[in-house]
This record gives sequence, structure tokens and C-alpha cells, in this order.
Amino acid sequence: MKLATGDRTIRFLSTVFASMILLLIAVIVYELFKGSELSIGRFGLKFLVTTTWDPVNEVFGALPFIFGTIVSSVIALIIALPISIGIAVFLSELAPQAIRPSVSLMIELLAAIPSIIYGLWGLFVMVPFLQMYVEPVLSRYFGSIPLFGGVPIGVGMLAGGIILSIMIIPTIASISRDIFNTVPMLYKEAGFALGMTRWEVISKIVFPHSRSGLTGAVMLGFGRALGETMAVTMVIGNAPSISASLFAPSYTIASVIANEFTEATTKLYVSSLIELALILFAISMVFNAVARLLVSRERIVQ
Amino acid sequence: MAKKLVIEHLNAWFGAVQAIKDITIDIEENGVTAVIGPSGCGKTTFVRCLNRIHEVVDSARVSGRVMLDGIDIYSKTSDPVLVRRRIGMVFQKPNPFPTMSIFENVAAGLKLNGIKKKDRIADTVEQSLKNAALWDEVKDKLFKPATTLSGGQQQRLCIARTIAIEPEIVLMDEPASALDPISTARIEELIQQIKERYTIVIVTHNMQQAARVSDYTGFFLLGELIEFNRTSDIFTNPIDKRTEDYITGRFG
Repeated sequence: MKLATGDRTIRFLSTVFASMILLLIAVIVYELFKGSELSIGRFGLKFLVTTTWDPVNEVFGALPFIFGTIVSSVIALIIALPISIGIAVFLSELAPQAIRPSVSLMIELLAAIPSIIYGLWGLFVMVPFLQMYVEPVLSRYFGSIPLFGGVPIGVGMLAGGIILSIMIIPTIASISRDIFNTVPMLYKEAGFALGMTRWEVISKIVFPHSRSGLTGAVMLGFGRALGETMAVTMVIGNAPSISASLFAPSYTIASVIANEFTEATTKLYVSSLIELALILFAISMVFNAVARLLVSRERIVQ
Repeated sequence: MAKKLVIEHLNAWFGAVQAIKDITIDIEENGVTAVIGPSGCGKTTFVRCLNRIHEVVDSARVSGRVMLDGIDIYSKTSDPVLVRRRIGMVFQKPNPFPTMSIFENVAAGLKLNGIKKKDRIADTVEQSLKNAALWDEVKDKLFKPATTLSGGQQQRLCIARTIAIEPEIVLMDEPASALDPISTARIEELIQQIKERYTIVIVTHNMQQAARVSDYTGFFLLGELIEFNRTSDIFTNPIDKRTEDYITGRFG
């Protein structure tokens, strides 16, 4: 069938716009590779496993940043996951119908707060609080565990992880709520009819039904934590070290790029920063791709 | 026969809409009571009030009394969870838990009741599946997902799951309406077999089915109970004109 002129124009335009997305990603990948050629040529795979970051002598290794990025995101996830699931269960199963939209809206608004604001709050409110009240207590009672050893200085891995957790809670909570809402009433009623309590229905029916979708929600949150830059940069301490202590300052890939790009004076220095960006890009892509795959599979099953 | 359930002035609402109005009815022990009526007459809502599952829906409300062995299930001290363990329910659409195996589906209610011994659970599962006339078809694939069964098998699995916890009453909400004629016949046979041990209340829009399986029949129209009597009387000698019109197929 021949399409009307208007239809053809629209189809052509939207195809063009849609292809631009693919093109954009291709260009980004290409530029990242091209930009990091020098660094890849000089350090090879050693770049991924060495810990020295010495701009003066032009020796660069990415391991502390990879460590800082992944560990701060994992900490964020450990804190955010139970809280987010709790919020999602409340919103999908427990809250009175009348308050659900407003609470949901507020949670989604949390995601809209600019990260610099989280950073400022983190630096001026949370960090002093951690330094004066939380870390000394942890250090006094659990100081023998390396995780809580070291000097409580406030800024560091723990602060970075906490600020990230606050930032990913809206993502995980709202996706989990959507996933829980897709569990058919049919199965929940079967549980109630068997004499399950509300908690038993949630734990034995809603959770198992949502497993792969929840995995996806978690990984999307994790993906967001990996790439988050501003707030983390302000509270994580910005020192490229690998320490067992949560109190020690650390550094993430996104932070080091933001901090050092303007002062990178040599070609190799710039190239190494771009290679860091390539690594972050790869990590985020893998996590997001897997996450979306899991979420979409869950929706198809419904 | 003894009265198992005594229902007095039962009303139920969804928000501002009243679904059933002032229902008073007695359910005989070890009998099959059928509830018939055209779509939207409140028959499903009525049985959903009998195990307090109506209130699971937000905005749903109930008033009146439902006496189970003389004790009101809607009294303040009554726990809906315990009520539902004594009054089981089979739904219109087969709803075995899709994340569980056939075995786990039947065992689900047992574990809730604190039965932990593996051999006792296995025995009860086998017995329940036999009572639901499903054992021979599934005994070699007990640990396959319940969703691998056909619709009719799934519905019998739901019956097995319901009777595994030995409820006193089994409510059935149009249990065969989503099934083919052969599966329907099997479910009806099954009702005949298990009615010795359970009091059954079955909702159906199929009058032949009500005539075949039930001892008593109640006719609902627009949320009201129009007539309630022995099934044989309802179908041969209805008192109310509206009942007669309905069973002779003049509307509905």
C-alpha cells in the first residue's frame, strides 16, 4: 500500500532521528577508543591492574579508580536495596490507595534533585555527622575489623557509598514498585485464600514472582551509582588508594575525570583519562544491558 | 443436617456501590449449596464475603454477620487468616502459584500451618492429589512447574491445594467456567466425591451445573437473594416469578 505523503515524511524523519541515537553511541565509542590510543599503546592491559597514578612522571594505572567506583557502588547498593524494597512493598501492597500517588511522586522527585545539591548536603551535613558521631562509634566497637579501622575523617568511601545510596533509592524503589504491581491479583488472592498473612503473600508470592525484575531494578540502580560524579566527588576524599577501611578516602573514575581533565597538560595524561572514561563506559554498558534485559523479560512474562 | 454457616443481614460494598443487599441464608453442613444468577448479580461477592477475602480489595466493605459454627467471622476478635484456613476457596480462573512446582503448590498451605515433617507433607500432598483426581496424571512430574499443566489439571491442582489443609468449607467461584466440557465434567464429579467431607458453596452461571451438583440453590438478582430452597424445588417448582423466568431462560 502506498503511504500518504504526510505519513512518509513522518516515517522518514522519525527513522532519521532514531538512527541518530545509534550513530551517537557509535561515535562516542569510536572517540573514546581513539582518544585512549596513546595510553592503551603505552600501558596495555597493565593499565587495568596497576595502582600508580603519577602525572608528574607520567605513570598511570586505573586500579584504584576501578576499585573506588565499584566498591562505592556496592556499598550504595547494600544500603539502598533493603530500603528501596521496603518502600516498594509499602507503595504496592500496604499503603492506602489514597496516599500512593503522592508518596510515589515524592520518591520520583528525589530523583530529580540535582546531584550538586546532594553533594553540598553530603559535605556540610552528612560528612560532619559521620565524622563526629557514626565513625567514632563504629571504630570504637568494631575497630578490630579492618573495614572499620583507620582514622574517622568523615570524607571517604563510607560517605561516598551513603550519598550514592540515597541517590539510587528512587530508581530502585520506583522500578520495584512497578514490578510488584505487575504480580496478578489472582495469585495474591490464592495466597490469602490459603490463609497466608499479608507478609506471607509478599514473601512467598510477590517476591518470587518478581525475582528477575528486581534483579534488573537493582542493576539499573547500580549502573546509576557507577556513573554518578558530582556528589561522590565532593564526599569521597579523592585519593587514589586502595584500602580495606571504609573510612579511608577513595576515588572514582567519574570523579578523577571531572577533577583532573582541566589540568591534564600532556597528551598521555589526557589519553589515560579518556581510557578511564572508556572503562567506565564499558562497565556501565554491561550492567545496564543486563539489567534492561532482565526487566524486559519480566514484563514479557506478564 | 447441621447448619455450618449462618449468614444474617450481609451487605457488601465496593466504595459507594453496594454489591449485595441484606442476604440472610443458612448453609448446611456437608451439603453442596449453589449460588446462581445473571452476571453482576453479586453472587461472586457473596461467596467472597464468606472467607473474608472480599476485604482484601481496597475500598471493599462488609456489614452483617457470618456465623461459622456459631461464631461470627466478622467479630473484632476473629482473625481473617485463621478464618481462611477453615474456609478454603477455589477461584474462577485456575491460579496455581506459577513460581512453584506441582508438589510445592499443594504443600504451600501445609507449611503455613506449621507442618514441617517431610514424609507427612509428602503423604498429604499425595492424598490431596488423589482426592482431587489428579494424582495419576502428575505423579511422575511432581516437581515440574505447575504452569506446565492444562487448564483443567491446573484447576484440579487448585482444588488439591485447597483441600490439603483440610478446610471445613470449600468455596468455589465458577470453578469450571474457564474449562472445556470434559474438564468441567471431571470437576463436577470431583465435587460429588468430596462433598462427604466438606461443606461446599459453589457459584455458577450454569444452571444445569447447579441442578446436577447441588443440594440447595440460591438465586441472586441485582445483589438480592430472591429465592433459596432445595435444588429440586427451585428447578421444578420456583415460588418467585423472577426465579422462574431466569431458570426457564427468559433472561440472564
